[in-house]
Amino acid sequence: MTTETTNDATHDTTHGAASEAPVEHGMSTRGYIVVALILAAITALEVSTYYVDFGPLFLPSLLIMMVIKFVMVVSYFMHLKFDNKVFSWLFYAGLFLAVGVYVTALATFQFFLR
Amino acid sequence: MAETATQEVHAPTSGISNVKLGMWLFLGSECLLFGGLISTYMLYRGRVSDGPTPEQIYDIPFTSVSSFVLLMSSLTMVLAVSAAHKRDDRGLNLWLTVTALLGATFVGGQVYEFTAFYNEGLGFTTSLFGSSFYTLTGFHGVHVTVGIIMLLAFVAINKRSRVPGSKPESVEMIGLYWHFVDIVWIIIFTLVYLIPV
Repeated sequence: MTTETTNDATHDTTHGAASEAPVEHGMSTRGYIVVALILAAITALEVSTYYVDFGPLFLPSLLIMMVIKFVMVVSYFMHLKFDNKVFSWLFYAGLFLAVGVYVTALATFQFFLR
Repeated sequence: MAETATQEVHAPTSGISNVKLGMWLFLGSECLLFGGLISTYMLYRGRVSDGPTPEQIYDIPFTSVSSFVLLMSSLTMVLAVSAAHKRDDRGLNLWLTVTALLGATFVGGQVYEFTAFYNEGLGFTTSLFGSSFYTLTGFHGVHVTVGIIMLLAFVAINKRSRVPGSKPESVEMIGLYWHFVDIVWIIIFTLVYLIPV
């Protein structure tokens, strides 16, 4: 298991001249399976909100679970947690720009006042 | 000699891969595309002048299974990337094929869902809800289909051992695209299906 973890954690993410220096990042196979199981459990919890009355916690809990799943996939499966921070900046810049633009657009249509 | 000179010109001085940088930039821009489609749906989902409402036609148990299938395809994709880094070609082809099959199952489910909705009276032009729903989920379905084509094409090319450039990096780029369609569905599943109008 130790050997597998070591091999798996050594990911050569670069290309050309830079590929000569492997970058240490990533997880073991077991780690990926654990993340997938957590994602499956959160999905089951999300679906349960359709059948069980969560009262005033319904909307916040759904949104929080959605964000947790999103961040887990981006951080662990897409390796953003272990990769160069430039990639994080690029992606999250696009994401926050989109959220900002469209929340503003929805606000101008009084979406949040309904 | 000339080839070596060309490689030297293209070698990144920043220490990070140009290909990967381009992919993340592309995914950042895709956030804007899907952001526009999701917000349009949110705005129009209650506009039903004719035809069924979302509550009348959504089949949450069925969509939950589809979502689970797509989520698990992210696991198989990351195992394919892991196999590529270990230079395990057999494992790589296996996990890429399984990922493509799971993706095809998801798209098949979407085709079934669209057919069922159409038969229940929700056409593309029936209402603003119908138009925005089909546009959003249709765009996502097309993205998944493009991903499946990339996966199967890579398996075919890999079996002939004709993958140009760095193989692990090529698999990683397909993986990034695949995980992106998964995270978009994570948002769609919550905002479109689970939160009532």
